[in-house]
Amino acid sequence: MTAEYAVQMRGITKRFPGVVANDNVSFEVKRGEIHALLGENGAGKSTLMNMLGGLYRPDQGEITINGEAVYFSSPRDAIKKGIGMVHQHFMLVPTQTVAENMVIGASTGFWLSPKKLYADIAAVSERYNLPIAPDAKIWQLSVGEQQRVEILKTLYLGAKILIMDEPTAVLTPQEVEKMFVTLREMTKNGHTIIFISHKLDEVLSIADRITVLQKGKVSANVAAKDVNKAELAKLMVGREVLFRIDKEAAKPKDDVLVLKNVSANNDRGLPALRSLSLNVRAGEIVGIAGVSGNGQHELAETLTGLRHVTDGVIEINNTGIQNQPPLAAIDQKVAHIPADRNGMGSAPTLSLSDNLIMKSYRAAPVRKGWRLLNAVARNTSEDLIKQYNVATPSIDVEARLLSGGNLQKLILAREISAEPTSIVAVTPTRGLDVGATEAVHQRLISERDRGAAVLLISEDLDELLSLSDRILVMYEGQIVGELPPDEDRIDEIGLLMAGGVQEAQA
Amino acid sequence: MDETLIFIFTIIGAGLRTGTPLLFATSGALINERAGVLNLGVEGMMLVGALGGFAISYATGNPWLGVAGGMLAGGILSILHGFVSISLRGDQVVSGLALVFMGRGITSVFGSRYVEIRDVPRLPTIELPFMKSIPVIGESILDPLFGSQNIVFYIGLLTVPAVWFLINRTRPGLYMRAVGDYPAAADSVGINVLGQRYLWVFVGGLFAGLAGASLSLAITPLWIEDLTAGQGWIAVGLVIFASWNPWRAALGAYIFGALRRMPLDLQAVAWLPFASNPILGVWLDMIPYLFTILALVISSREATRQRLGAPLALGQPYVRGERGL
Repeated sequence: MTAEYAVQMRGITKRFPGVVANDNVSFEVKRGEIHALLGENGAGKSTLMNMLGGLYRPDQGEITINGEAVYFSSPRDAIKKGIGMVHQHFMLVPTQTVAENMVIGASTGFWLSPKKLYADIAAVSERYNLPIAPDAKIWQLSVGEQQRVEILKTLYLGAKILIMDEPTAVLTPQEVEKMFVTLREMTKNGHTIIFISHKLDEVLSIADRITVLQKGKVSANVAAKDVNKAELAKLMVGREVLFRIDKEAAKPKDDVLVLKNVSANNDRGLPALRSLSLNVRAGEIVGIAGVSGNGQHELAETLTGLRHVTDGVIEINNTGIQNQPPLAAIDQKVAHIPADRNGMGSAPTLSLSDNLIMKSYRAAPVRKGWRLLNAVARNTSEDLIKQYNVATPSIDVEARLLSGGNLQKLILAREISAEPTSIVAVTPTRGLDVGATEAVHQRLISERDRGAAVLLISEDLDELLSLSDRILVMYEGQIVGELPPDEDRIDEIGLLMAGGVQEAQA
Repeated sequence: MDETLIFIFTIIGAGLRTGTPLLFATSGALINERAGVLNLGVEGMMLVGALGGFAISYATGNPWLGVAGGMLAGGILSILHGFVSISLRGDQVVSGLALVFMGRGITSVFGSRYVEIRDVPRLPTIELPFMKSIPVIGESILDPLFGSQNIVFYIGLLTVPAVWFLINRTRPGLYMRAVGDYPAAADSVGINVLGQRYLWVFVGGLFAGLAGASLSLAITPLWIEDLTAGQGWIAVGLVIFASWNPWRAALGAYIFGALRRMPLDLQAVAWLPFASNPILGVWLDMIPYLFTILALVISSREATRQRLGAPLALGQPYVRGERGL
């Protein structure tokens, strides 16, 4: 008799220094189903799946695959048992071809003949109806195509059980639809799919069954048809969650932040912004939607003086700041909440107090002549920590020891306490749990209501729709469309994000 | 007319010869860099290779055993760099520099007794007298180029396509590139990233040792302190100049070999200012070093490096994601 369950993990416990990532977790997946593993960041989803994928070993508990007990000591063991993992950050070598990436885990012999490889890969891609050019380099492919390569790669290696780690995070809505179709087809062919996510709508629309993890423990195991969104959210977070942020209509005033025909290059010296123009008025939140890598990063850097422009004008409060040091932007009271919290947003090895005065140290009261007044700095810091609910034992702790959510609160405290006239926020809630996300969103709204001009750059469409007063879509360094934050027009936004200008306007 | 041609091609032929150790060293450095490990210690590994080769050839009377010993000496020294940079995740620049000082120190201590020796068994020179008899281009071009070259020159010629093939058309080469560009991807399919890096660092060391041994047993068959005279540094610079491509590396090695050799040959030309004024020759001597400095300055800029096509994970130790990811 063939086992009913493709995967059974029983009593799994995994500890990392200082945390119990998985606490006596049991997780069972029937053959041929799409099983969602739902949970907040840090709930232990990835840890659990990394044990199934052979990257970690459980401290306690047992794993059976198709009824057979297994012990994995490396990913290779897991691959041999038919387990394939599609990682959230694609495990593809960008400089190599599709074919090279696919055969790297296989054992096809010593010599690699491109011709033969391409033929092999083309055959696999046809069999699973996932078209791909075998000779294309990974970096030339769109994110959706790269994901297809990842899926094909695991299939090529003989995977019957696919683990997909937050596969939709980087896709446009249309690409998500396409992927769902692919996944359903795969289950018909006898594949089993484990779908990791923290997005409730997605999980409800794709999964047959759902296992919910909360703080390292299983909080529910239900059939998708038996639950609704609110119930799932409660199971995931442990309390009721507000899905919509209450905010009043924006009352925009004068232009604060204006870009006129700005062009700039990326780190490789290639054009990243192409004659881009936009404006943000006091008292409104303008959202920038776009697939990552279309110039958002460079846009934020030019606005904060971190990147030179090759052409065009950037005006903040009617003062040109292009090609001036970051100090020019700071003097115009531009707050910057960068995507990279540890590298750019904070100095990881300095204390919270030092991090908090990093912008205000230049002026009184922290500065007196050539001295920094330590007592003042500490008092200010203590106040900010309280005001912004940063959970920490003391202000002398190194910033690197804060969790993502607390670190983001710290950065917000520093940036917003200076009462900025404009705020450039880049993916401000990425990787934060629901509670911290709520806090960040509330802050941005209250800053808007105070009269700040907020530019919100995000890859999370839900976030953009709920916070923005206007949405601009960015594609290949240009603004290709402006839409109101209307949920019904999400398809239109998706098309614009994918570069379909004509289709969207037709 | 013929005389001029012969003279020009003799100089080029000498350049090819001088460039051969550089070719080995550059190929080796290219290999370990493609696997993500920067090893600035090429100079040190060349020195131990040169002395090791010389000493073993002298002791055994067999220059090929010398070559093997020299390669092994370079390889062993490279493992030290591997341990610091791969296992201990130390700074690769510092560790590489330390390797240079170590190579210098070791060879200076153990090399003193070999300085006076002039009759070491050398690698054979291959005479091809038929080159002269080829019509038209034989006497003036082919003979000065290939008529009398040491065997290492031919080994060098074979090395270039072999290295290209290894990198681009074999499974080990695929692993090399994967651990050099995106080690996490290699790790996720069960490739031993650290093991691969050790392997390629060792291969790089073997090549550097071969470069040294070919110097002391063929190109300038003697031992003096600091025999390599900065060629290891030029190799490091050439890898960048070559954009990590073995064909371009070979081209660069030959050009710099020629540049190195030329001041010597040009002193014989009466109408050039170099003949009468040795000071000017000194300027020519500087060119390789100026180039190396330039190459290192350029390559130290992250943005420029990306544009030149450096291996993406070059210089970064690999740590498997501690949590999440």
